[in-house]
Amino acid sequence: MENKLPTIEIIEKYCKGCYICVEFCPKQVLEIKGFVVSVKNLEACIKCMQCELRCPDFAIKVTA
Amino acid sequence: MAFDYDKYLRPNKLPHIWCPGCGHGIVMKGLIRAIDTCGLKKEDTAIVSGIGCASRLPGYLDFCTLHTAHGRAAAFATGVKMARPEMNVILVGGDGDGTAIGGNHFIHACRRNINMTYIIMNNKIYGMTGGQFSPATPTGDKASTTVYGNPDPAFDIAKLAIGAGATFVARGTAFHANQIDKLIAEAIQHKGFSVVEILDDCPTTYGRRNKFKSVIEMMNHLKETTVPVKAAEKMSPEQLKGKVLTGVLYKEEKPEYTEEYAKVIQRAQAAK
Repeated sequence: MENKLPTIEIIEKYCKGCYICVEFCPKQVLEIKGFVVSVKNLEACIKCMQCELRCPDFAIKVTA
Repeated sequence: MAFDYDKYLRPNKLPHIWCPGCGHGIVMKGLIRAIDTCGLKKEDTAIVSGIGCASRLPGYLDFCTLHTAHGRAAAFATGVKMARPEMNVILVGGDGDGTAIGGNHFIHACRRNINMTYIIMNNKIYGMTGGQFSPATPTGDKASTTVYGNPDPAFDIAKLAIGAGATFVARGTAFHANQIDKLIAEAIQHKGFSVVEILDDCPTTYGRRNKFKSVIEMMNHLKETTVPVKAAEKMSPEQLKGKVLTGVLYKEEKPEYTEEYAKVIQRAQAAK
């Protein structure tokens, strides 16, 4: 079965750059660029959903 | 699959006012997931709050919401529940709002055992007004009004609720994000007054003054200082020193207030 990459949607208007998603991501997929989060390495994503679960600002949506 | 929070939110109110890294957003997500699990309808659910950072929460949720006077969430919510006993009433508030300004309303709502759920977000400080110490600030910790350390002992909010007569008391943390919705869902389904205390982080007014370098450090502190109730049973008193218990701490069945009140009305009408 093909391992399909997830889509990580970031709502930049909501993001406050608190680093919670970046720090809790076990695979270093995300990074803070400027003041908001952006996807650095989508291939490494294991769809654990930690970023979406813990984001206090409703700024990340992961669709597997 | 991603959880769809959008259908429960008021998008024109977002982004919310909470500071970067504030755990209130994590609790709000937990509450939304819990409401979804319980299958509560928007028109049958009232979310009531007082004043404070945490009390801003109902403004972002697309339910029947009521933003009331400081500390008076329990009083207003009791009114809502008495007038419409079929409604699901959820109260939200902070530690200062719930146990200092609204302390009296809180203990009497617990005593009455009226079927409501009170979510207390305990960030150990008055965040909105500038970091004054609250009844939940631990001894020795710094706040803007206790710059040399707080001499007062802190309230144990869960124990306070148990002592006052709440019939369901649970405690979670903003770190254990997966557990929040389960605790709140259980509290909503419980018949009687349920209190869920969520230990939270306030990086802006509490963390900065108490030598927490980052939000992550505060989150890890929540993880390190808490022990699940079941794990605590196997631990010695020395191991449990300085730890706070999480999970469902207390549960019992007691007569519910709106039902008892309906009986009073029946008796009064029969006596005519």
